[in-house]
Amino acid sequence: MKIVVCVNHVPDTEARIKIGADGKGIDKSGITYILNPYDEIAVEQGLRLKEKFGGEVIAISLGGESNKETLRKTLAMGADKAILLKDESDRDSFSVAKALSDNLKEINSDIILFGKQSIDFDNSQLPGLVAEMLNLPSVSVVVKLEIENNQVVCEREIEGGHEKVESRLPVVLSVQKGLCEPRYPSLKGIMAAKTKLIEEKPVISNSKKVEIVSLRLPASKGTGKIVGTEPTAAKELVRLLHEEAKII
Amino acid sequence: MNSTEQTIPTFEITENQKMVQQLARDFAEKEIKPVIMKYDESQEFPLDIVRKMSELGFMGIIFPEEYGGAGFGYLEYVTIIEEISKADPSMGLTIAAHNSLCTNHIYTFGNEQQKKKYLPDLCSGKKIGAWALTEPTSGSDAGSMRTTAMRDGNYYILNGSKNFITHGSVGKVTVVLAITDKSKGKKGISAFIVDNDTPGFIVNKKENKLGMRSSDTTALAFDNCAVPIENLIGEECKGFHQALTILDGGRISIAANALGIAQGAFDASLKYSKERQQFGKPISEFQAIQWKLSEMATQIEAARLLTYRAAFLKNKGDEIIKESSMAKYYASEVAVMVTNEAVQIHGGYGFTKDFIVEKFYRDVKLVTIGEGTSEIQKLVISRELLRI
Ligand SMILES: Cc1cc2nc3c(=O)[nH]c(=O)nc-3n(C[C@H](O)[C@H](O)[C@H](O)COP(=O)(O)OP(=O)(O)OC[C@H]3O[C@@H](n4cnc5c(N)ncnc54)[C@H](O)[C@@H]3O)c2cc1C
Ligand SMILES: Cc1cc2nc3c(=O)[nH]c(=O)nc-3n(C[C@H](O)[C@H](O)[C@H](O)COP(=O)(O)OP(=O)(O)OC[C@H]3O[C@@H](n4cnc5c(N)ncnc54)[C@H](O)[C@@H]3O)c2cc1C
Repeated sequence: MKIVVCVNHVPDTEARIKIGADGKGIDKSGITYILNPYDEIAVEQGLRLKEKFGGEVIAISLGGESNKETLRKTLAMGADKAILLKDESDRDSFSVAKALSDNLKEINSDIILFGKQSIDFDNSQLPGLVAEMLNLPSVSVVVKLEIENNQVVCEREIEGGHEKVESRLPVVLSVQKGLCEPRYPSLKGIMAAKTKLIEEKPVISNSKKVEIVSLRLPASKGTGKIVGTEPTAAKELVRLLHEEAKII
Repeated sequence: MNSTEQTIPTFEITENQKMVQQLARDFAEKEIKPVIMKYDESQEFPLDIVRKMSELGFMGIIFPEEYGGAGFGYLEYVTIIEEISKADPSMGLTIAAHNSLCTNHIYTFGNEQQKKKYLPDLCSGKKIGAWALTEPTSGSDAGSMRTTAMRDGNYYILNGSKNFITHGSVGKVTVVLAITDKSKGKKGISAFIVDNDTPGFIVNKKENKLGMRSSDTTALAFDNCAVPIENLIGEECKGFHQALTILDGGRISIAANALGIAQGAFDASLKYSKERQQFGKPISEFQAIQWKLSEMATQIEAARLLTYRAAFLKNKGDEIIKESSMAKYYASEVAVMVTNEAVQIHGGYGFTKDFIVEKFYRDVKLVTIGEGTSEIQKLVISRELLRI
C-alpha cells in the first residue's frame, strides 16, 4: 500500500504568539515549531497501515527549510521517505492545496492522510481541496478506520455522535484525535532517520486567491470570578453560566 | 553529523540533541510527571515507566547498535538524563546507573563473549543492571572493601555485603567488585558479572530514603555465591582501576542528573514568581526575587557548560578525570543551592507536596553524595591539579 501523509510545521501549542510588524502575519522570532498534532496522528495511522498491509509511508510538506525538522520527525517515527515542497512565498489554503495535489498526482498513492486541521490557521480546507483537485473521495474528521479489499469503512465525529461512512481506495482522509495514539520516535528511529532521504522539490506557481488583510490577537481573558465557596453557591454558578456566559 | 564525529566544540545544540531532547521532554511530560508522586510516596520502583523508557532505547543510549544499543554519544546521553530528571530525578538516576555503571563496565572491560551475552538484554532494558562497589564500612574509601571472591575450581566464591546499591532489588545483572587477593589491598580487587538469580545472591534491606524515593536503593549480601570464572571482567586484580575509570564517565551522568533537577526547580520558580502576587504585584517584581532568579539561572548555565564540555571530551576519547569531577562537583552543588532557593521563592507552598520543588528539594541531596561526595570530587580535582 502506498501511503502519503501531508504534514505541516506549526508553532508549538505553548508558543506565545505576537503579531508581526506588517500586521498581517505573526512574529516568528523565538517561536519553536512542531509537527502539527493532528498530523502526528495521521503519521501514526499511516505507519499502522504499512505494518498491516506492507508498502511505504511517504511524508510530504510544503514550506521552508525549517519544515525539514518536522519531516525528520516523521522519518524518526518510521516513515520511509519525505518530500519537501520548498517555497517560502505567501500562500493561502488554495495555493497550498494546488501545489500539494500537483505533486500527489505523480505519486499515485492508495491513500492520502491529513490532519483534520492545521493548528496555525485552522482552516480545515486542505483535505477537501486536495481531494477535489485529484478527483478522489474524501472523508473528514475520521476517528475510526478499517480497510479491507480496497473497501474503506470510517467513523467520523459529528455533533453529538458518530457517523459511519464507506468509500473505496484511493481515498483522502483527514484524521481526528482518538483515531490512534501517536508513537514516540525511538532513539533507534532517530538514528535511522539520518540515513533516510528528504527529497527537495521547488514549487514555482502560486495561485493564491485569498489575501490576509490584518491579523489581531483575541481580547485578553477577563479575570475570574468566585461566586461563593458554599454548596449553595452552585445554583448561582449555574444561573450565571446559563444566563451570562451562555455556555450551558 | 554524528556527535561522536564532532571534533570542534560548539555552543549550539546539534540536530540529534534537539530530536532526543524533544523526545525525552515529551515522554517526561506525558508519561512521568502525571504519575510520579504516587511512586515517590510509596517508594515503589516504576517498572512500567522503565519498560516504556526501554522501548525508546533509553537503557542503551551510549552503546553501539551491534549490541542492541542506540549508538549515540555522551551529548545526547546527557541531554536525555537532564530532560528526564526535570520530571523525576529518580528516573534520571536509573538511566545513569544502568547505562554508565553496570552496562558500561561490561562494555568497556568485558570480553566479546561477555558483551554478546549480556549487552543486548541490558540495552533493551529486558534486564535492569546494577553496580556494586560501596559496602557498609567502605564508602568514599572504596578500596578498603571486604567482600571477597575466592577461586575454587571453575568458580569464584563471593562472600560479603554491599550497601546502597541502585537497582539492588529490581536488577537482574550486577557488576560486583570484590577482593581476589587479600595481600594486595585495593590492587587485589577484581570485577565480576553476577546474575542476580545465582544461589547465595541475597537481596537485603531496601532503604527508606529522604529523596530519590522511586529509585531502588538496596543492600546486598553474598553467601558462598558461586560465580563462574568466565564472568570475571578483564584480568584479576584490575577491578579497582576499572571501577575508577567507570566512575570518570559516570560522574558526567550525575552532573546531568543534577542539571535536570536544577533546571526543573528553576523553571517552576520562574513561572511561580510571575503568578504569585503579594503587596499588589507579582513577586517577580521584587528585586530580592529577581536576584535569586539571576543567580540561579547563571549558575545553571555554568554547570551546563561544564557538563557538556565533559561530555564532549568524553566523546572525543580524552582523559576526563578532572573535567568530569569538576562538572559533577559544581553541578551538584548548584543544584542543591537552586532547589533551596526554589522552595524559598515558593514560600509555604514550596513546602507542600502540591508543588514539584518540594520533591526536588528532597531528591537533590543525593547528587552531592552518590558516585563520590563533593569532598571526594575536590580530592580528585586537586590530585589532578597537583599531579599527586
Ligand atoms: C510556504 C507557505 C507560506 C505561507 N504564507 C502565509 C502567509 O504569508 N500568511 C498566512 O497567513 N499564511 C500563510 N501560510 C499558511 C497558509 O495560508 C495555510 O493556512 C496553511 O499552509 C495551512 O493551513 P490551513 O489552515 O489551510 O490547513 P488545514 O486545512 O487546516 O490543514 C489540514 C491538514 O492539511 C495538511 N497541511 C496543512 N498545511 C500543509 C503544508 N504546508 N504542507 C503539507 N500539508 C499541509 C495537514 O495534514 C493538516 O493537518 C503559508 C503556508 C505555506 C506553506
Ligand atoms: C541513593 C544512593 C544510591 C547509591 N547507589 C550506589 C550504587 O549503585 N553503587 C554503589 O556502589 N554505591 C552506591 N551508593 C553509595 C555512594 O556512592 C556512597 O554513599 C558515597 O560514595 C559516600 O560513601 P558513604 O556513604 O560511605 O560516606 P562516607 O565515605 O562515610 O563519607 C561521610 C562523609 O565524610 C566525608 N569524607 C570521607 N572521606 C573523606 C576524605 N578523605 N576527605 C574529606 N572528606 C571525606 C564524605 O565526603 C562525607 O561527607 C549510593 C548511595 C546512595 C545514597
